[in-house]
Amino acid sequence: MAVRISYFSWVRERMGRSDEVLELPGEVRSVAGLIDWLAQRDAAGRAAFADPIRIRAALDGAMVGSAATITGAKEIALFPPVTGG
Amino acid sequence: MRRVSVQVEALDVAAEMHAHDAGGHGASAAFVGRVRGDDGLTELFLEHHPTITAAGVERLAEEATARWNIDALTMIHRVGALTPGEVIVLVLVSTRHRANALAACEYLIDRLKTDVMLWKRERFADGRAAWVEPRVGDAERTARWA
Repeated sequence: MAVRISYFSWVRERMGRSDEVLELPGEVRSVAGLIDWLAQRDAAGRAAFADPIRIRAALDGAMVGSAATITGAKEIALFPPVTGG
Repeated sequence: MRRVSVQVEALDVAAEMHAHDAGGHGASAAFVGRVRGDDGLTELFLEHHPTITAAGVERLAEEATARWNIDALTMIHRVGALTPGEVIVLVLVSTRHRANALAACEYLIDRLKTDVMLWKRERFADGRAAWVEPRVGDAERTARWA
């Protein structure tokens, strides 16, 4: 199933795009799995996701941990820790 | 009243306080955050998610209202390009007595820093630009409210 992946802050800059719609392979089932898959896909992914511990995620608007299952999500946002306020 | 906003437009603190205070509440607390011009900073850019950021601020408002018995709440966060001296965030909280208003105001600004999808990028007079790294102290402050 197609899922929209959106990127923010320096993750967006290193990916060279703010979002994309992807058909993910069946074996990519968790946030950590997605980050790993993106890191191996191309040079931009390697630059953005070289250090997975610095990446946060939200599934359809809800912040989740890296072990969260992504199956069924419509939008997965990947970004560095937030710095508002 | 409840006014919650994530906006590009400049923030008129006096007008917001006037609207907030119209209810004649018992106790009101305010937090006004401004852009500091440290180290030759010329621009602070706030990136946000077009839908999730506003939803996150709204959810924060609901949680705080239930937790602290808030009678009136104004919470406005700017996004986009800001310059030193501009107001970046305003939190106004009114409750029956001062303790809840003061605590809720602190709670809201702490959680705005750690739980809402906003990212700061600093630009300096010499042309440097850098994304702001979160402070360890910010996570510790939010953890106190768990």
